[in-house]
Amino acid sequence: MQRTFRWLAVIAIVLGVALPVIPQIIWSLAHRWLFPALLPTEWSMSSWEYVFSPSSRVVEGFMNSLEIAVFVCILSILVGLPAARAIALNDFKGKGIIEWLLMVPIIVPGIVSTLGIHQLFIRLHLTNTFIGVSLVHLIPCIPYMVLVMVSVFSNYGTELEDTARTLGAGPIRVFLNVTLPGILPGLMVATMFTFLISWGQYITTVLIGGGTIVTLPVVLFPFITGINYSNAAAISLVFVAPAILVLIFTSRQLGQDSAVMGGFGRL
Amino acid sequence: MTHVMLEGLTRRFDDVIAVNNLNLEVESGELIAFLGPSGCGKTTTLRMITGLLLPSEGDVQFDGKSMIAVPTEKRGAVMVFQKHLLFPTMDVARNVGFGLKMAGISKKEIDRRVSEMLELVHLPGFETRRPHELSGGQQQRIALARALIVRPNVLLLDEPLANLDANLRLEMRELIRTIQREMNITSIFVTHDQEEAVMLADRIALMFDGVLQQFDVPKAFYERPNSAEVAHFFRNDNFLAGTRHGDCVETGLGSLAILPDHVTQPDGKVVVTVRPEDIYLAPTSDENLIHVKVLAQVYMGTYKQVQLDVDGNKWLAHGPADLDIREGDTIPIQLPKTHIWLLPPVNGK
Repeated sequence: MQRTFRWLAVIAIVLGVALPVIPQIIWSLAHRWLFPALLPTEWSMSSWEYVFSPSSRVVEGFMNSLEIAVFVCILSILVGLPAARAIALNDFKGKGIIEWLLMVPIIVPGIVSTLGIHQLFIRLHLTNTFIGVSLVHLIPCIPYMVLVMVSVFSNYGTELEDTARTLGAGPIRVFLNVTLPGILPGLMVATMFTFLISWGQYITTVLIGGGTIVTLPVVLFPFITGINYSNAAAISLVFVAPAILVLIFTSRQLGQDSAVMGGFGRL
Repeated sequence: MTHVMLEGLTRRFDDVIAVNNLNLEVESGELIAFLGPSGCGKTTTLRMITGLLLPSEGDVQFDGKSMIAVPTEKRGAVMVFQKHLLFPTMDVARNVGFGLKMAGISKKEIDRRVSEMLELVHLPGFETRRPHELSGGQQQRIALARALIVRPNVLLLDEPLANLDANLRLEMRELIRTIQREMNITSIFVTHDQEEAVMLADRIALMFDGVLQQFDVPKAFYERPNSAEVAHFFRNDNFLAGTRHGDCVETGLGSLAILPDHVTQPDGKVVVTVRPEDIYLAPTSDENLIHVKVLAQVYMGTYKQVQLDVDGNKWLAHGPADLDIREGDTIPIQLPKTHIWLLPPVNGK
């Protein structure tokens, strides 16, 4: 039963994740691919040469996206972890309002809030900066970090930390020795979400980055509306690769905690 | 070996008083039970002793020194919780050695003392096991070993036997008692089970609604309860209103002789009580003989439980298993004066 379910999960993942990538791979290598040919009639590496040339700015965009996503992950953890713990384990006045506010960025489209924030960021000289773009990415990221970690902390409870305290561990050592190892699997899932959300931001990056901060989606976007399918396919693959790598890495680390995650680990 | 004193200990949560003006002295090396129904403030009191919770008022003293300003990790009051017993990310050896590692003891010394400790809780060689591989009883014993290895000033156990089945419970009870005696560690455990408290503790602190009702040796809760509520908690619901005059009590069923030196209630309105097992269903003399109706009887194997109508109050009495009576009979019973105890009147009744 368990095995069947696991294999179903693997098949679903293969169909959902791997299959759509195959046409992209073919397109990225096609030079001439006209209807009704099943496969390209002429092959070429020119798209890939283009991707790795400085003029395409793909490598530059990739590095910017990576730096921003990692920075956003760190900020999300710093802000989201204490918030999630407080919400999960304490009752306080206004808790309901804070939980609702945390949900708002999921409900309100990013473009709406970003337009408002844009005004503020101009005044604070945060537009067109790395920090500014990272901060605006935090808006859609923090809800996911907090929501995942709230459930992790609720399950974890305080008994283990309290036990460690009575056994002579101060607050910092309790966190490092007991809390952190305990919440690590959940934290990795939350960080993975955060990374991928930041990685996929387009509108917010364009509005706040104003063309100065060029991330991978910013590089990719003109190609989607353009006519060079081969270049678009090659850049798409560069864009998708880290997401899949992060998924596989995280699920490996998580082991076989759940069938879906276990399924990823087998790929 | 620490003497623990709680002075006027009070804890409020918003409008609710969880623990109200608790005064208690635990001698060093004693094993104390905090007994009471759930929500009576037992666990709150434990948490205040550890420092995980600060009292709203009052003081916690170890050997005469106030602990209020001392953080939990420096008090040496180790608590074993009811659930989430072991650190799931560590193996048994690292769990048991945790307190010593925090104290900065060398790895070699920790290893030696861990195996010694595992020996003591009858789980030698369990060092490399993971918590999820252990049964509930084994986890409990490892948690106990982890607490004892640091030689705590005070050992605090929150319902240590609650999650164990009957056989393991007995085994664990013996283990706690033996080790506690051997290491002579002042210990307090919380329970809602009066039998557990009676069998394990040197003294019992019975609490209702955050208020200490009685703090005494187990025997006293049977022989000398403070109030009808305390008697009820120890399964005695035999109550009869009366008025004490010197060495006798006037009741609706006539005058009952008492031992004036044995009781503590002054002359005036009282409630007479005799435990079910102390009532003579086959009287041996005419003293304190009353005639009562048998309402029901249940064969309990080793004895017979009889329900009696004593002046409109339902009483229980235990008689020999082969006692030959019928429901509806009126029978003479004897309330031996050596076992009559007087309680304060309830609401002036």
